[in-house]
Amino acid sequence: MELDMTQYLDVFLEESREHIRNLNSRLLELEKNPGETSGLNEIFRSAHTLKGMSSTMGFVGLADLTHHMENLLSELKEGRMQVTSRAVDILFACIDRLQIIIDNIDGGNKLSGDNSELIKALETIRTGQTETAAAETMRIERASEPSENIPVKSPRGMIYNDYDITILKEALSRGFNVQYLKIGVAPNSMMKAVRVFMVFKALEEAGEVIKSDPSAQELDEGKFDDQFDLVYICQGDLNLVIERINQISEVKLLQNQNLDPTVLTVTEPTPQVVPKLTYQPAGDQADQNKIHHMKQTVRVDIERLDKLMNLVGELVMHKGRLEQIGSAYKLEELNNTIEHMDRITSDLQAVVMKVRMVPVEQVFNRFPRMVRDLAKELNKEVDFYIEGKETELDRTVIDEIGDPLLHLLRNALDHGLESPQQRLLLGKPGQGRLYLRAHHEGNNVFIEVEDDGAGIKTGKVRARAVENGLLGKLEAEQLSDEAANMLIFESGFSTADIVTDISGRGVGMDVVKSKIEAMNGEIIVNSRSGSGSLFRIKLPLTLAIIQAMMVTVQNEIYAIPLTSVDETTMISIKDIKNVQGQEFITLRGSILPLLRLARLVDLPEDGCDSEEIYVVVVRKGSKQFGLVVDTLIGQQEIVIKSLGKILDDIPGIAGAIISGDGNVCLILDITTLF
Amino acid sequence: MNLSNTNETENQKMIQVVVFHLAGVEYAVEITYVEEINRFMNITRVPHAPSYIEGVVNLRGSIIPIINLHKKFNLAGQKFDNYTRIIVFKINDILAAIIVDKVSEVIFLDVANIAEDTQFFSPINAEVIEGMVKVEDRLIILLDLMKLFD
Repeated sequence: MELDMTQYLDVFLEESREHIRNLNSRLLELEKNPGETSGLNEIFRSAHTLKGMSSTMGFVGLADLTHHMENLLSELKEGRMQVTSRAVDILFACIDRLQIIIDNIDGGNKLSGDNSELIKALETIRTGQTETAAAETMRIERASEPSENIPVKSPRGMIYNDYDITILKEALSRGFNVQYLKIGVAPNSMMKAVRVFMVFKALEEAGEVIKSDPSAQELDEGKFDDQFDLVYICQGDLNLVIERINQISEVKLLQNQNLDPTVLTVTEPTPQVVPKLTYQPAGDQADQNKIHHMKQTVRVDIERLDKLMNLVGELVMHKGRLEQIGSAYKLEELNNTIEHMDRITSDLQAVVMKVRMVPVEQVFNRFPRMVRDLAKELNKEVDFYIEGKETELDRTVIDEIGDPLLHLLRNALDHGLESPQQRLLLGKPGQGRLYLRAHHEGNNVFIEVEDDGAGIKTGKVRARAVENGLLGKLEAEQLSDEAANMLIFESGFSTADIVTDISGRGVGMDVVKSKIEAMNGEIIVNSRSGSGSLFRIKLPLTLAIIQAMMVTVQNEIYAIPLTSVDETTMISIKDIKNVQGQEFITLRGSILPLLRLARLVDLPEDGCDSEEIYVVVVRKGSKQFGLVVDTLIGQQEIVIKSLGKILDDIPGIAGAIISGDGNVCLILDITTLF
Repeated sequence: MNLSNTNETENQKMIQVVVFHLAGVEYAVEITYVEEINRFMNITRVPHAPSYIEGVVNLRGSIIPIINLHKKFNLAGQKFDNYTRIIVFKINDILAAIIVDKVSEVIFLDVANIAEDTQFFSPINAEVIEGMVKVEDRLIILLDLMKLFD
């Protein structure tokens, strides 16, 4: 029988990943408390389930590896072996391997690669320490293996209602074969739902399943023991159907008998909703009784969500246009309608935004393992705490935040936390603490990485800044500690020897910062030498909708993200100072370089400055600049659109928006504009 | 869809093309790539973009780059008028458009008649030219849109 397993592949992948996550976190716990073996049961169960699932799906390599893991785990579980760090390490390596195999399967690559080394390592550990278990069989149940000896349990009485009986009677009167089937599934079968699906599929090729006990939904969810009962009607040769069922592995027809509906009695009230009924075998109407889908959630292609987001953006934009018309022509009725529409669109926008939100957990989950591995490698001891992983962020932000966080955590472990000996000498507990926190605040999400390690040695940072020519000596001395610490984000600092003697804390910090700024976020660091550092990242909830200042230059309109704008002001042309061809203005005592937007966007300067000019004060990194524009249109909420692949990397342009009149306006990217 | 575009008889393989004008010369692109043909729309200039990018337009909510073949091929300056058309095409899931002086017709070409000899063109142009076709006494240059992106 041909079965389309792809339908179950998604379920398989998702469940496997869940088990791998479970394995990872349980194993981490076990490593922390090797004496606490209760978690081992969970680990064993996860490994066992994985094994069963993968052999059902025909992924032999995966099944083989999990089988060997299971062998070792059962030794540990039974207490025949001690939980050693070596065993844990090997198990972690196996989990990584499982992850890779599953990713490969997801990518369409069914080959599992060579696991023999891991298996050998598992066996060495196991046999090296125990003899008793060596004799255990290495047999792996394959999906194709026919199952025998399915125990027959006494049937539960099928419950019929009026409606069922009418159908059955009618079916019988039309010459259909009405059958009562008892079907057994091997008790050790994994993914029973798949077996059920196969049975239903085989049956519905020739007829229709009228009733089942347990219900179709329960069957679908695998909620039954080892057998289930069906009432089945068909027209063709029953033997053929029986044969089909018996061909399914791990499934056996235990009993079948003709059912005489006339002797049935109603045991259940007729349901209120009576589905329509026709008597064709299989086909369209089979849907009525067909298996309902398992999950309450719907998986949606991200692209569709993006599209939805785009459409909502456009709707919002046109609503803006309508508002303009309404107020221009003072049409009260129109304005009332627009008001309603306004509410609906903003609700709609909020809903769509929410749909795109994902908990940061998705990113955070991979860190405990990484922290554990790295700490081990660096011979450090660390307690890693994650808080607020349920905090939600837009998918676009989630995709980008992983790498910077990884970097920060790695730095904290490598350069922040001292070795246990050092810590004890300093009067700190030997075990370092590392926190990863997330929480909402208004329209922002804050993510913090904190350690109680050595902190930033501000003096060294200053010295380094002078050395690199970033600051003059005097300047460096005058700098507050806080400002000095921020220097680690400058690109000149990504070398060794700044903070600790091992290597620099500044490794790639400039990259971290620019990545976060690219997301319209901010990062600050609070650190006290000797007592640890706190990196605080502020992120917008979404990258898709931002506030922007709309400006014009000549006849072009540009949007400047408000995150880059400090203020707008109007200055008199007389106040512009010209030093060596560079214009400057003074704004409340500070001197800002003045840049002409027209020149920055390659427009020929018209040279006819009026007496007063508009200046948008923008911030690039820690420096302020004055941007000369012709007029200010005002602040607007804009929906960012990409310029597409061809114009992806144009410097100075962050994307585009579609304005109320349907034209395209460009969004300036201040960080790359000049 | 494909059936209507290619019309295969015994030894003939025909392709359907859109014929348009650039500085008085006739060019053609295969119709399978063409999504739609529009009148001139408001184009937003993109600073710092390659010179042959005329700008971007809003096509029902999607932002589409407009390639100016006059500039790409170093042809005489182009003026936008009532005949100006924007041919939107899609290749490898990328939507883009070319702006042309005039779209004249949609015709079938016999593949066998396409001369691939492009030695007469300047090297820059030759890259995007698939070949030349003689239709009666007209000479039509067939463009390879795929190569416009490189």
